[in-house]
Amino acid sequence: MEKKQTIIELTQLGKVFHTKDGSVSALENIDLQIYEGEIFGIIGMSGAGKSTLVRCINFLEKPTSGEVIFDGQKLSQLTEKELRAVRRSMGMIFQQFNLLMQRTAFQNICFPLEIAGMEKSAAKERAEELLEIVGLSDKRNVYPSQLSGGQKQRVAIARALATKPKVLLCDEATSALDPSTTQSILALIKDINRRLGITIIVITHEMSVIEEICQRVAIIDDSKIAEIGTVEEIFTRPKSAAGRKFFFPGGAKTRELTGDRCIRVVFDGGNAYEPVIANMILECKVPVNILFGDIKNIDDKSFGHLVLQIPDDERTKGRIVAYLQEKNLTVEEVIENV
Amino acid sequence: MFEPVMMKFLGIGIGETLYMTLLSTFLAYVIGLPLGIVMVVTDKSGIRPRLLLNKVLDVIINILRSVPFLILMIVLIPFTRAIAGTTIGPKAAVVSLVVAAAPFIARLVESSIKEVDYGVIEAAQSMGASPLDIVYKVLLPEAKPSLIVGSAIAVTTILSYSAMAGIIGGGGLGAIAINYGYYRYEVGIMLVTVALLVVIVQIFQETGMRLAKKFDKRF
Repeated sequence: MEKKQTIIELTQLGKVFHTKDGSVSALENIDLQIYEGEIFGIIGMSGAGKSTLVRCINFLEKPTSGEVIFDGQKLSQLTEKELRAVRRSMGMIFQQFNLLMQRTAFQNICFPLEIAGMEKSAAKERAEELLEIVGLSDKRNVYPSQLSGGQKQRVAIARALATKPKVLLCDEATSALDPSTTQSILALIKDINRRLGITIIVITHEMSVIEEICQRVAIIDDSKIAEIGTVEEIFTRPKSAAGRKFFFPGGAKTRELTGDRCIRVVFDGGNAYEPVIANMILECKVPVNILFGDIKNIDDKSFGHLVLQIPDDERTKGRIVAYLQEKNLTVEEVIENV
Repeated sequence: MFEPVMMKFLGIGIGETLYMTLLSTFLAYVIGLPLGIVMVVTDKSGIRPRLLLNKVLDVIINILRSVPFLILMIVLIPFTRAIAGTTIGPKAAVVSLVVAAAPFIARLVESSIKEVDYGVIEAAQSMGASPLDIVYKVLLPEAKPSLIVGSAIAVTTILSYSAMAGIIGGGGLGAIAINYGYYRYEVGIMLVTVALLVVIVQIFQETGMRLAKKFDKRF
């Protein structure tokens, strides 16, 4: 990540679907750069256009405007055959796994190698190696119907990695899995990124997935990119309304508090281990009311924020803010609740 | 009624019926299977949409399927003569059976292949599969159990059509049933031939279902 080399660039990307009831714009003016070796998240509510976006990246959906530049090639200028070759360097996994039901785990992993025309014995060797990587060597000859969701996704990951792609696209890859399986799949994705250096693009509607594995994130809302930044940046200071919506899951409730004096205290690493709020209460001798809190561990550092209701007078507020700022915390007044 | 001559007749009838049914099924698949695949592939939501071709084939299939088999056989008499060199006997019946069964089989194949989950096709595309790869490595293998069930339906339908061919001299058990049972009022013979047809249908159907189950890895 020191030298940021762009592997995928989207410029002014747009996609319009023509339906019987007129045209629907699924994506508008998407500008995005994805760097080699990073894990990039794309988050949005369902219907925001994120699935269309990921399908535009490998041209399963042809964008109606703009360009996708992968590894220096404009995809719109490639022939069908060239495009198929490019797709072999972009693996993809899906929410519903999409395994071939009539093939065993092993045969599923061989599938992309057959398509690529790899020699049988080499393909076999590669598939065994991949089963090892995803920890399913003992399920080699099992059909997908006998595998659990997590195991199916592991087979799908192995299959997607078979042709040694440069990029792995994950379309809601953990959305059909239970929380603990989600954790193990995310850990596997992270591990693959670290060990193989593959760039990973993660599409999700779950903030927790982004926090868990992504370095940078784009928030997509209503067919457009609302904001892009590092996960820390966006997590601590979401600038867009869409961004705040993801960090204030209780947004509807906090709205009632508008009018009272509230402040938002942002923890951006380290000092969340100190009992800062308790000390502040003792120090400033003010009662505060915690309205909202969300503190998490990201990459072994603590990030999060609290919304505090404080007494409605300027001097007390000044004291509190001064105390917190002294502790290197960011404090902002919450004027308009999201 | 069951003198040796009659038994020999019935034996020949079974042989002719099996010959007509199996040969017609095979030839009808030679036409119907690719036709069914083309219907799926060129469909609006297919992997190579060709709407005009799709519509033309669709209309042809519907027309052939809506003509009653008896009428079709009569209409096809000149065509049958050109192909088989005769208009009576099992060989001649095969011609009309193929013409009647191919569009039916195309529909069976079409519906079997359409059962394949679109997500799997998309996954194959994301790996750089060509349309041909998708047909041979995804659509056909994934639809295999359903295609086998379809073939059991096809073979039994063709069997019953072949019995109908007896009316215009098609041979086989159908011809025996009509000639002896209908024209000569030998109800016993007719019942025996019907019973034989029932047994043959049972065997085909049961075999098909077992094969389908054996090949299906989804459960």
